[in-house]
Amino acid sequence: MSGKMLMKGNIAIAEGAIDAGCRFYAGYPITPQNEIPEYMSKRMPEAGGVFMQAESELISINLVFGASVAGARSMTTSSSPGMSLMQEGISYMAGCELPGVIVNVMRGGPGLGNIAPSQSDYFQAVKPGHGDFRMITLAPSNIQEMYDFTFEAFDLADKYRNPVMILTDGLLGQMMETIELSRGRKPLNPRPASEWALTGAKGREPRKILSLLMKPGALEQHNYDLWKKYDEIKKSELRYEFNEKEKDYDCLIVAFGSVARTSKGVIAEGKDIKAALFRPVTLWPFPYAELREAAKKAKKVFVFEMNMGQMVEDVRLAVQDDSKVEFYGRPGGGLPSQEELLSFLRKKVK
Amino acid sequence: MEKLIYGMPESLKNVSTTYCPGCSHSTVHKLIAEVIDELKVREKTIGVAPVGCAVFAYDFWNFDVTEAAHGRNQAVSAAIKRVLPDNVVFSYQGDGDLASIGMAETIHTANRGENITVIFINNTNYGMTGGQMAPTSLLGQVTTTSPKGRDAQHYGYPIKMLELLAPLEGVKYLERVKVTNAASVIKAKKAIKKAFENQINNTGFSMIEVLGSCPANWKKEPAEANRWVDEKMAEFYPLGVIKDAR
Ligand SMILES: Cc1ncc(C[n+]2csc(CCOP(=O)(O)OP(=O)(O)O)c2C)c(N)n1
Ligand code: SF4
Repeated sequence: MSGKMLMKGNIAIAEGAIDAGCRFYAGYPITPQNEIPEYMSKRMPEAGGVFMQAESELISINLVFGASVAGARSMTTSSSPGMSLMQEGISYMAGCELPGVIVNVMRGGPGLGNIAPSQSDYFQAVKPGHGDFRMITLAPSNIQEMYDFTFEAFDLADKYRNPVMILTDGLLGQMMETIELSRGRKPLNPRPASEWALTGAKGREPRKILSLLMKPGALEQHNYDLWKKYDEIKKSELRYEFNEKEKDYDCLIVAFGSVARTSKGVIAEGKDIKAALFRPVTLWPFPYAELREAAKKAKKVFVFEMNMGQMVEDVRLAVQDDSKVEFYGRPGGGLPSQEELLSFLRKKVK
Repeated sequence: MEKLIYGMPESLKNVSTTYCPGCSHSTVHKLIAEVIDELKVREKTIGVAPVGCAVFAYDFWNFDVTEAAHGRNQAVSAAIKRVLPDNVVFSYQGDGDLASIGMAETIHTANRGENITVIFINNTNYGMTGGQMAPTSLLGQVTTTSPKGRDAQHYGYPIKMLELLAPLEGVKYLERVKVTNAASVIKAKKAIKKAFENQINNTGFSMIEVLGSCPANWKKEPAEANRWVDEKMAEFYPLGVIKDAR
């Protein structure tokens, strides 16, 4: 597909995946991401790929594991409770160094929670699963980015042979915007699967894919090797939006995803306040040094989230001056409005 | 002129295994390797090793093998086969893996009629973790978590996986075998071969259950363990073809 189109966030994710060469999708129904498996059930066979409706999220992630073992670009999508079920599988993928894209269209929790938008799985995304591993986490904040980031996630996953997460929420999943598709862009395929995938040992030595390392010191060494890779990711893949560097601001707002959108409205509306927005785009790696630099000029750093304070912990680590950091958040599907955030800002600035 | 009539299968690496003396895993590994050689599919076979005593199977087989999370082998196998339909994909699993934690994967993979081969080693306990009770443990069987013997009231009944799967439309071939003597080993190999041939002929889901022995955790000499398979296990788990719907 190419050209401009009015598109729902969830569909933009599906299209971004197809355009990036994703040829295996598995998913289990859960609101607010149902449009993705529904759309994929039609679109994936058209694209010559495999669609599977999994019978649980455990099965989803392990189907993705298998498809990745076989060298296919693969993806699963879910929402919060389903993501909890996938944690073991994500850890196995990281341990086995298998690429794959995992999308979390977050909803309110804990427990069954509700189906309203939320950002309450920030911790789970940036500190996923069991064991010492990391997962690149991209947080789109408009529908164009839902498409673009999903597209790019496949190259990132292949490049580092590591799972990549798109962390978004029910608001962006359900919203429609006009976006630009594909533009003749080709996936880079930085590391062809033929170099490592299991395809049968024809004309080569047999390969094994594993994360079990029982020899003394072997697992420790594997972790050091993974860490080298993570360090490289921190150097090369860090992303953030900070367009107002030159602006004369004394308040810095830090927000990601849909709350970053609302925050732009807050800044536009609150002309009486000199505020700028710093938006982490990769939540892991987190832009600590860049945020620290940006916070120097600010008297106050405001963190707005749709949870009771998760990213704020990373912001505090970055700013290293807790007295400067103010947090406002709403959990359980509560959407902080522009007015609400602005009046909080005004109250604290006074 | 000397003629070699029995040797090491090419699909088996010339290494020593990690299995206890008398353990059925090593016998079945060899049977699988022989079958793959005979079918000339070594270069397109992808095995999926379980979490369990057979977790190191990738060190013993001489073809591509991946690990899978505990119980998830058949999800992993199904996806590999969907992506690479011309390859030969098989899942190798213990009873804890297949009948307990991976029950949902087993039933749904079978019910989807995935064209894969499953080799199921039922040794009535969790071998690797030290012989705890499995869903397949016999009534009265003493394990480390059923110290007074499994009684139905507290632990439920042993589960017959093949009989459970047999009614599912997607399931094409089910056979239960044992490997306690030469005759039964030959029979077991035939069944395993059929299960692989089915896949090559696009027949659909095939599963072979091997009544396996775990002398170490059963605290029996290998010969005595085999007798227990012959007498006790085979009494409860009937041997033979359970379903053949090709
Ligand atoms: C999620 C998870 N739970 C538990 C374990 C621990 N564990 C490792 S092997 C095993 C049992 C394997 O038993 P079985 O499948 O019967 O195979 P056997 O060792 O008898 O061949 C268990 C419970 C694990 N690795 N992962
Ligand atoms: S513990 Fe039992 S199943 Fe495991 S290797 Fe030893 S005999 Fe075989």
